[in-house]
Amino acid sequence: MSADVAIEAEGLRKSYKDVLALDGIDLRVPAGTVLGLLGPNGAGKTTAVRILTTLLPPDGGSARVAGLDVSRQAAQLRTKIGLAGQYAAVDENLTGAENLEMVGRLYHLPKGEPRARAAELLERFDLADAADRLVRTYSGGMRRRLDLAAALVAQPPVLFLDEPTTGLDPRSRIGLWETIEGRVAAGTTVLLTTQYLDEADRLADRISVIDHGRVIAEGSSDELKDQVGGERLDVTLESEADTEAAIAALEPLAAERPALVDGVLRVPVRQRRGMIAEAVRRLGEAGVGIDDVAMRRPTLDDVFLTLTGRAAEPQGGDGEEGEER
Amino acid sequence: MSGLRDAVSDTLVLAKRSFLRIPRAPDLLLSFTVQPIMFVLLFAYVFGGAITTPGYDYIDFLIPGILVQTMSFGGFVTALGLSEDLKKGLVDRFRSLPMSRAAVLTGRTLADVGTNTISITVMLVVGVIVGFSFDAPLLHIVAGILLLLLFGYAFSWVFAFIGLTSSSPEAAQSLGFIVIFPLTFVSSAFVPVESMPAALRDFAEVNPFTITVDAMRALFLGAPAGNYVWGAVAWSLGIAAFFAVLAVSKYKRAVVR
Repeated sequence: MSADVAIEAEGLRKSYKDVLALDGIDLRVPAGTVLGLLGPNGAGKTTAVRILTTLLPPDGGSARVAGLDVSRQAAQLRTKIGLAGQYAAVDENLTGAENLEMVGRLYHLPKGEPRARAAELLERFDLADAADRLVRTYSGGMRRRLDLAAALVAQPPVLFLDEPTTGLDPRSRIGLWETIEGRVAAGTTVLLTTQYLDEADRLADRISVIDHGRVIAEGSSDELKDQVGGERLDVTLESEADTEAAIAALEPLAAERPALVDGVLRVPVRQRRGMIAEAVRRLGEAGVGIDDVAMRRPTLDDVFLTLTGRAAEPQGGDGEEGEER
Repeated sequence: MSGLRDAVSDTLVLAKRSFLRIPRAPDLLLSFTVQPIMFVLLFAYVFGGAITTPGYDYIDFLIPGILVQTMSFGGFVTALGLSEDLKKGLVDRFRSLPMSRAAVLTGRTLADVGTNTISITVMLVVGVIVGFSFDAPLLHIVAGILLLLLFGYAFSWVFAFIGLTSSSPEAAQSLGFIVIFPLTFVSSAFVPVESMPAALRDFAEVNPFTITVDAMRALFLGAPAGNYVWGAVAWSLGIAAFFAVLAVSKYKRAVVR
């Protein structure tokens, strides 16, 4: 395995009693990058994190983190990782500073270091004023920040964040994102699980979409969006009577034959550059009146819905799901 | 060996953390001081008059018994704490750290020795106020206090196991109560075993609570010691070892939810 791969998993399998949580997962995270593990509740995201952080032995497959095997080198591996889970795993009856110092001591940092690191992190996480207050007086957002700070005490090269912003208010979320971005800029590798597409879109270099314990798609945010369908031009005509003329005018630009959907002419295109101007010019030449023209790019939401078969309505009902499995 | 040094240091870090809970959330202190005091007063003044204890004033008879009972419940803090740590995901955090695997448990049980020391002090002060008096050399008294702490430590491991097994802190509390409370009553703690029906007496005579209470009476009151003291030490060590093995293996497999 090459040294610049921070997390590598092959064929990870895990079942709980009769529930199959992971059905052969492969992951590969180059050092210094962020992998977003995206999936609905119960997809297996947390199980994957628990295996990679040595909390749970896999039933099958293998995984290495920072070059160390999760089963055979677990003790050494733990010195290289930080974990912030779905819970704010901090002691309510200690102060913020005491919590971080405790974690520093348990990482066996050199004498004096735990206190210094605690002070530094409390400052950075905007908790300096609350450093000597008991955590049970903290708000939810403050607890989450403290929890993330605890994961950073030993400045581990690999960070696992399991739904780090679930339940946070928008302002705290953005604050946490900035902190995570700061760590990544400093060279930390991050594996992040999330249900939030905007979070994956913003933070992750690569995204693995998992569902029912398998990776069903992998790529950068853009690649995933392209996989679902590239960009398209949506043209609203002044009169639907012009539809045929418009299709004839635009077909040379299109990747596929344009189609009228809900009164909007959809024109799949291969690239966006100059497309709007060209379309408007051609339609003008053909004498077709235009009400509106817009480029549309699929969002990660489209990707997610297409891939997992979970449409906006509870069931797709068109057999798509059966095909998927 | 740095492994052992780390294990000791981790234990102390976590013992301090567990012990700090007492001043930080003092309501817990009530349960293991006020409750035993109420028991002392209740038995000394309500039931005591109806119980005959040949050779002893009832209050002298009672205090060693109630001290042993109190020790057996001191470990409840461990059960409560572990159960909370599991629920809040702290156990996951600890298990992901490069620390000693047993330290969460050894730290908690060590902190109990601290709280048990507070309990013993309170109980002895109250005991002396209501008329208890030692009748033994200082060395024996000190040995008695150490035996109490050892016995309490053994039950901290029982509670560690209960805390890791229960679904909630409340369940841990009631499970501990159901299992341990009857054992303390079917023993020589509150009444002479001779006063019990034959079947109960047979059980009471081999009950580790009886053996430990009798050892305490030997050490605090100069009662004939027989093999009680060594028997009590053996029981404590046996209980501690047995439940430590169970608790540590349970901890290693602990899963949130």
